[in-house]
Amino acid sequence: MIPSIAPVPATAPANAENADKETDTDAAGVGAGAGAATAAAPAATGTGRGPRAAFGGLFAPRMSSRRLFASPGAAAGIIWLAALVAASLTAPWWLPYKTEDQDFTAILSGPTAAHWLGTDELGRDLLSRIFAAAAGTLGTSLITVIVGVGLGTILAMVAAAGERTEGVISRVTEVMMSLPGTVIILAVIGAVGTNIPVIMAILGVLISAGIYRVMLGQATSLQSQLYVDAAKVDGVSTLAISLRHVLPGLSNTIVVQSALIFAVGMLIQAGLAFIGFGPPIPQPSWGGMIQGASQHVYDAPWLMVPTGAVLALTVLAANAIGNALGKAPNAAASHLPSAADRRRRTAASASAAASASAAAPETPAAPGRLSVRGLSVGVDGGTPLVTDVSFDVEQGTVLGLVGESGCGKTMTALSLLGLLPSGVSVTGGQILWDGRNLAGATETAMAGVRGRGIALISQEPMRALDPMFTVGYQLVSAIRRLRKTGKAQARAEALSLLEKVGIVDAGRILTTYPHQISGGMAQRVAIALALAGRPRLLVADEPTTALDVTVQAEILSLLRTLVKDTGMSVVMVTHDLGVVADICDTVAVMYAGQVVESGRTANILDNPRHPYTLALLAADPHANTAADMPERLATISGQVPQPKDWPAGCRFMARCQFAGSACVAPVPLVPSGSDDGVVRCVKADELAVEGLEWVATEVPARRVPDVRSADSTVSTSSAVEKDRA
Amino acid sequence: MSIETAVWQDGTAQAPGQPLLEVVDLVVRYGRGRKAAAAPAAVDGVSFSIRPGETVGLVGESGSGKSTIGKAILGLQKSSGGSVRYDGTDITHAGPARRRELGGELRAVFQDPNSSLNPRQTIGASLAEPLRTRGVAAREARQRAEDMLARVGLPREAVDRYPGQFSGGQRQRIAVARALICEPKLVVCDEAVSALDLSTQAQVLNLLADLRDERGLSYLFIAHDISVVQFLAQRVVVLYRGQVMESGPAASVTESPRHPFTQALVAASPVPRPAEQAERRQKREALGVRTASAATAAPGGCPFSQRCPLATDLCRSERPALRTVGASDVACHYV
Repeated sequence: MIPSIAPVPATAPANAENADKETDTDAAGVGAGAGAATAAAPAATGTGRGPRAAFGGLFAPRMSSRRLFASPGAAAGIIWLAALVAASLTAPWWLPYKTEDQDFTAILSGPTAAHWLGTDELGRDLLSRIFAAAAGTLGTSLITVIVGVGLGTILAMVAAAGERTEGVISRVTEVMMSLPGTVIILAVIGAVGTNIPVIMAILGVLISAGIYRVMLGQATSLQSQLYVDAAKVDGVSTLAISLRHVLPGLSNTIVVQSALIFAVGMLIQAGLAFIGFGPPIPQPSWGGMIQGASQHVYDAPWLMVPTGAVLALTVLAANAIGNALGKAPNAAASHLPSAADRRRRTAASASAAASASAAAPETPAAPGRLSVRGLSVGVDGGTPLVTDVSFDVEQGTVLGLVGESGCGKTMTALSLLGLLPSGVSVTGGQILWDGRNLAGATETAMAGVRGRGIALISQEPMRALDPMFTVGYQLVSAIRRLRKTGKAQARAEALSLLEKVGIVDAGRILTTYPHQISGGMAQRVAIALALAGRPRLLVADEPTTALDVTVQAEILSLLRTLVKDTGMSVVMVTHDLGVVADICDTVAVMYAGQVVESGRTANILDNPRHPYTLALLAADPHANTAADMPERLATISGQVPQPKDWPAGCRFMARCQFAGSACVAPVPLVPSGSDDGVVRCVKADELAVEGLEWVATEVPARRVPDVRSADSTVSTSSAVEKDRA
Repeated sequence: MSIETAVWQDGTAQAPGQPLLEVVDLVVRYGRGRKAAAAPAAVDGVSFSIRPGETVGLVGESGSGKSTIGKAILGLQKSSGGSVRYDGTDITHAGPARRRELGGELRAVFQDPNSSLNPRQTIGASLAEPLRTRGVAAREARQRAEDMLARVGLPREAVDRYPGQFSGGQRQRIAVARALICEPKLVVCDEAVSALDLSTQAQVLNLLADLRDERGLSYLFIAHDISVVQFLAQRVVVLYRGQVMESGPAASVTESPRHPFTQALVAASPVPRPAEQAERRQKREALGVRTASAATAAPGGCPFSQRCPLATDLCRSERPALRTVGASDVACHYV
């Protein structure tokens, strides 16, 4: 049976359908390039929201060669294959003996000075025969590769381009795969004799069916990319799209499959020669030599070794190359830290936290209050991601952590649960909860807190739920684990939890799978899961971003009800100031890893003190009604600085409309004068007193008169002369 | 089908001129076979038109069919009924040759900045592709690509760089450059700013507005965020489950919505002012719109009848036609 080779190809380009948001930062990672592991796709793609942005490695399609030489097996494989090819191509010049030279004085001898690898039963030099056969073997295996991979790829591209053709081709290849390959090959041999190139070509055709299946998924995924849609809109023909946009994406898989099919081709060829269907007698072949050697395995065991070793090494070399290229790049950090990482990390952070807590004054922990003091999070061995973040969350209140991509809000939230990704850890500060410092807690201690004390709901409800199990199964097992109840009681509890989160037909939902319910319902289920352990603090990481606005309103109402009924506190990470206005009692605005302003929501949003908050409100179209919608929205020039470029002074200075010479020094948090609010700006008081606003700097261009309203005068932008101290 | 009168922002009515794009009773069904025919259509009888220089916003939630309409107009999705007319000619079933001709005038900006540019092609190649397909010489195409990059606020040297070296907002601006490089007349923006941060979104919206004013472009602006649409569009069409619920001038649809769904949509958009938001929340809860359930409405009735506080048996059995109420057209039996 022809083996169908289907190792895990470099996985299909990530379809970033979840709307990940980005700022104008230089993306640390690349978007949907080939090779990004789909599970960690947002991780690999440096999209701003979340922990992955800061350190997603830069991935280029050219990385395959880097991967090749990084793996010792693959490097050795390349060297071996190159040497073999070179030796066999130059064979006529250096082979000591002709393949048919028989030396009857040295039959079945082991390695000697005259015959380096020994001789066979007719006295023929093994070394010469092996390398004389090499060229033919390698060449004809290459035929299999070219036919198999080439035909498979072409079929896959044609099938991906059209649904009906895909149906036809898939059915035909399915029939091909169900045919007994060996029997067909033998029949071909019966028809054309031992014409190795033809046989290898037929083998290639049979293998192409399997290659087609491997390629089809990837080709279809590439066809559904937006840039293919854009090319279609451009009017590019289907053929040009396949060649220009789909084929390059398949290149990695093609190389991997070629290496593996090459190995298969050689083995099958050797196998055929072994059973007597090799090249006609005078021509040496590895399989034939092995067959000859097998007859002398008792009296001359060495005979098997040279040929067997060369065959085995060549096949292994091809496989090693294929495996090295086929491995998904390990550049991006995984979504969650591994257990080993967590243990290692807690040891390190415990020491960091211990030194920090020695310095910082201990706040008496009020029951149910979360106190974060001077929290710093950074990549292990280098760049900080969050510096000196402090906030308090009283029992029964909602704190909003608001900011754009790259501000560190998600990192801060994840650090509360000890769920920072691999490579990132808490580098200082304290997280005081329940009389303990969670920043330095051991993994076991955190496991006791997660779910029971502090729970988490994430942005993508569909990813929080395991698609393989019903909603009921997941909910019941969570309840049983966290509350240690029996099955029946857990099920009753699950029903009541689902009702508590506003799901009307809870009984039916328990039996459904996650893909059968809508996004809003899935988020409710995720909230129910989070509530399973009766937590006192809920960390909500952009829970409504991926939902429709009406569903978002319902989920926010639900959260508000839960806070009121259970007295739970919530840390709500969001980028939407409207959400903050709706549900948050207090808010901390973050920019570039720092808290720039915090306090009561009403104070911050109605009377912002920090220029960044002013700018965000000015850029928000929701802040305007139709009547006073400006001609152009206010924008913030420049981009969010990368963590490695953070200046010592105010990190917003480069983009601030009010920046001055006093801003180059490090800026501390100072009281903003309203309740417990603090602000990190040396000009806060000045701005408040003078009532300055963030102005729109982009003037509308000259308008086309007949399109606009009757008075087509160019409106003056609200360019106010501001004093720059 | 009601006659649509254009009402510009200053309130004066304009006589209906020749529309640039006319969508008439468009129907799109996914899939083939009897089961697909029985399932509700993704787009079910949608009609609207866009005049030269006008921006029309298409607003709806997920499942409303707004992206499908955009794709049908661009020829990326086959329509099952109705027609799309561009500049007077019917392009509903345009073949590849006609689409190639259209490709210069009818362009698109897509949602996802990550996958709307081929990561293996340089920016210059991606920008030049539409020009090269139309027979423009390589050197001139490159020159125009550089000019376009400068126009959208990116350095000219970006021509030789790869998309991976740019941020999401910059990539979206490159996508805008690619859309406008052929001097189009109508650009379909399919959630073009939805995947961007607030400040980046503002920059791209400003850019779109600038280019529109400069060149007299029309936009079909598809979005789920009604405030964003309000910024850019003169007219708004509100969709629910593939049908038009309300359509009219942006100001009146967003400030004084008539249809219960539009009211729910507008009420649900939070504003960043806590006191006002608290009031809006109470008003929204008073509206009494029910949660969406997974079950689809019975065919033949109003698709919103399951959630509407005003729904009666008439709503469930008879699909309301679009009637002119005040300044907008509303599909409801009870307004």
